Amino acid sequence: MLSRVIAVSASGLKSSAPLGAGLVQASRSLHTSSPSLAPVPPLPEGGKVRHGIVPEEFFQLLYPKTGATGPYMLGTGLSVWLLSKELYVINHETVAAITVGTVIVLAVKKFGPSFASAMDKMEEEKSAWIEDVKDQAMVCYADAIEEEKKEQWRVEGRSMLFDAKRNNVSMLLETNYRERLHHAKHEVKRRLDYQLALQHLKVRMEKEHMVNWVEKNVVSSITAQQEQESIVKCISDLNVLAKNIQAKATA
Amino acid sequence: MEVKLGEIGTWVGGRDFTPNGMISSVRKGYERYLNKYIYVKKGGIGGLSMVLASYMVLSYVWSFDHIKHDRMRKYH
Repeated sequence: MLSRVIAVSASGLKSSAPLGAGLVQASRSLHTSSPSLAPVPPLPEGGKVRHGIVPEEFFQLLYPKTGATGPYMLGTGLSVWLLSKELYVINHETVAAITVGTVIVLAVKKFGPSFASAMDKMEEEKSAWIEDVKDQAMVCYADAIEEEKKEQWRVEGRSMLFDAKRNNVSMLLETNYRERLHHAKHEVKRRLDYQLALQHLKVRMEKEHMVNWVEKNVVSSITAQQEQESIVKCISDLNVLAKNIQAKATA
Repeated sequence: MEVKLGEIGTWVGGRDFTPNGMISSVRKGYERYLNKYIYVKKGGIGGLSMVLASYMVLSYVWSFDHIKHDRMRKYH
């Protein structure tokens, strides 16, 4: 029965599990659930095996009923029964098996630890290299995030830039508008001034013309005789004035 | 396994005996063995030696009919 146990545990057929006491594995669902994309959990310790060929679960199975020495007694009884019924025949192959078995066991005991540590070191180097790659990638991504944040901050400033530009443009528009307004007013005033000057001119010319015409008529209406009389009168007036002034000067 | 001894009959009856099912069960068992004893961080000699020991036993069982002629006594 124990041979079947070992055979079953080694080939791992699930269908003969009930009698395969060695298959009483802890309910560890290793890689049986659907694979998740989250970081893969680190590998566990691994199934324990006692004396190189018997899984630990077998000992745990028999412990409640027979204690710690149960499996060993079972092994002893089993081997004695096999030998006595000669289900296991001792022949030349037994000697070969014992020799080879001894050599293998001694080799494993002697070179096992060093080999294991060398393998572990190799694994360590590989995983350190991969970790390094991952770390570098993380650093790159962190830098990229920083750059992105900076860009976002810059975009915030861009709205201020646009505001300033909009202010500039509106100021230009305002200036232009005022300039044109002033120009229009100037032009209108010019035209109005022209009309005003025209009217003034007309009035002045009429006045002057009238004055000239009146003068001309008056001058032409003065006859020669009247002119003579007025001249004599002016001279006599001047004489009287001169006498008066002379009298005033001497008095 | 989480199957009690009394429930073996029902459990075996509920297994998938199509070719696909049988192959998939062998595949799953193989992967379970690998994941438990070989693809671990600190594996020991047990993972390999259990396979070799079971190979030894199985080959002895298959060649018993030939070996029993080397027996020292005829009646046990």
